[in-house]
Amino acid sequence: MNRFSNPVLLKELKLRFRAFKSFSGLMFYLILLFIFVGGFLSVYTQFTGTGFFRPSESFIMFAVISVLQMALVMFITPGLTAGAISSEREKQTLNILLTTTQSSTQIIIGKLLSSIAFLILLLIAGLPLYSIVFLFGGVSPAQLITIFLSYLLTVVAIGSIGIMFSTITKKTIVSMIATYGAMIFLGAVTAFFFFVGYSLDRMPGGMPTMPIGAANPSSPITYFWVCINPGALMLTILYPPLANELSDLTGMTIPNWIVYVIFYSLITVVCLWIAIRKLRANMKNNR
Amino acid sequence: MIEIKGLTKKYGSFVALNHFELSIGEGSVCGFVGANGAGKSTIFSILATLLSPTEGDATIHGKSVTKNPAEVRKLIGYMPDFFGVYDQLKADEYLDFYGASYGIPSEKRKVLIPELLELVNLTEKRSEYVDLLSRGMKQRLCLARALIHDPKVLILDEPASGLDPRARIEMRDILKHLKSMGKTILISSHILPELSEMCDEIVVIDRGNLIAHGHVETIQAQLQGDKRIKVKVINQLATARTFFEEDPFISGIELNEEKKEIIFTYRGTDEQQVELLRKALLSNIPIYSLTVDEKDLEDVFMAITKGAEG
Repeated sequence: MNRFSNPVLLKELKLRFRAFKSFSGLMFYLILLFIFVGGFLSVYTQFTGTGFFRPSESFIMFAVISVLQMALVMFITPGLTAGAISSEREKQTLNILLTTTQSSTQIIIGKLLSSIAFLILLLIAGLPLYSIVFLFGGVSPAQLITIFLSYLLTVVAIGSIGIMFSTITKKTIVSMIATYGAMIFLGAVTAFFFFVGYSLDRMPGGMPTMPIGAANPSSPITYFWVCINPGALMLTILYPPLANELSDLTGMTIPNWIVYVIFYSLITVVCLWIAIRKLRANMKNNR
Repeated sequence: MIEIKGLTKKYGSFVALNHFELSIGEGSVCGFVGANGAGKSTIFSILATLLSPTEGDATIHGKSVTKNPAEVRKLIGYMPDFFGVYDQLKADEYLDFYGASYGIPSEKRKVLIPELLELVNLTEKRSEYVDLLSRGMKQRLCLARALIHDPKVLILDEPASGLDPRARIEMRDILKHLKSMGKTILISSHILPELSEMCDEIVVIDRGNLIAHGHVETIQAQLQGDKRIKVKVINQLATARTFFEEDPFISGIELNEEKKEIIFTYRGTDEQQVELLRKALLSNIPIYSLTVDEKDLEDVFMAITKGAEG
């Protein structure tokens, strides 16, 4: 067999792009983005009264679209991946697939890549709307690339979580709930923990090791919560001084994006490893 | 060659398979007979590398299903009792996907797929979506799928279940063709007369235990020792009864005066039966019909499992 061929990936892509719901999903995604960008432009040009759109406002639009797109991607990814294996089980197609000579790794990676491919299509399809920002300036291409890389890493990590739950649970609905739960934890609960930790660290008795006269640093745990929050990452990419402020605030020197990359890469590896191990759960030798 | 050695599968305290021992020769068609929950599907799942046994092992052409499942998968074609199909996939694409899953090169698949569709009489349906095919067509397509990598062993779990008589006959004809191709076929079915027609050997399972294993004729012959014979006479029913009661191999005589027939259980051999008939004719008993109520596989199954219950 060709080392790089993946029949599951090819089949999934075929099925996914043949299904009407993929195109309707893409359409609604773009309509949502269009409504937002169009609304933003019309509101801001009306405010100026002259029909001008200043570069600083263009940047605000870019920032808001980036965060919105991250939220959309985080919301869509579980829906695409959390049924990858469990739906095969429910449709009674999994057993046949498992008796082929494809390895568990091939099957899991094929499932993940096909879902990611669709999400990448969503992101690329949204690029023309994004590029409106470049008409007005205020955003560097490097920022755009960095943001897309962060999307990719987040999508792969959440996708891996979805695939893992889909493999270890029997029903898609359970897997879906678990994956959305994990997504909410990463997207919202981490932010909540950060604010709680930040407040607690500033209460009397917090951080007893804090040197006298130092600038109230928070505990590493608090810094960790903010580092793994996708929204916080977006904001620090869009407004780099914020990363420095965050570093000063907590006394941690390691850049937040490094923590983010390490953490999400680790999630990806662990989840995929579990999924591969558990795919042939009824076999002791699960190759 | 399939060797099953001490195969045991437990689900908690429930024993689905109990130290199962079996050897099936190459090219043999082996029918698995047993009630629901007897353990047929468990054995098939273990052989198909979908399930690990609690104890014991099985080898297919020398490859262990527990130690070398990847190699075993190359040797087997598996058709489960219940299976689904993918939506939005056409019949030829369905086979192409599984062909690719077995690592068959694209050029070879292009040649192979029309041949397989022809084998299962689905050539005209090659561009139809699989989920829109009838149950019988899906079953045949699934069989073609199991054959795509030219496996030496076919494991078919209830391949004819849920099929109408025509589809069942079509399936049986395909299996006969596969048998002529020299494939080793393990097949389970509730439709026992079909099994007896195409199988070389039969395995009877009850509650995870191997009850009987042998050639169909051998097992049937064992039970023929207790065959029921129906004799019809023109008249002299009472004389005929007296004559048959004197035979030491006859028991359980029943009389039907209205139909003028005597039914009894006969334990003698075929030669002794010929002698009995000759004596009856010499005694001027006006016999015009003698029929042996042949036991089919269903009777074999019922008798054996009844014995096991006792």
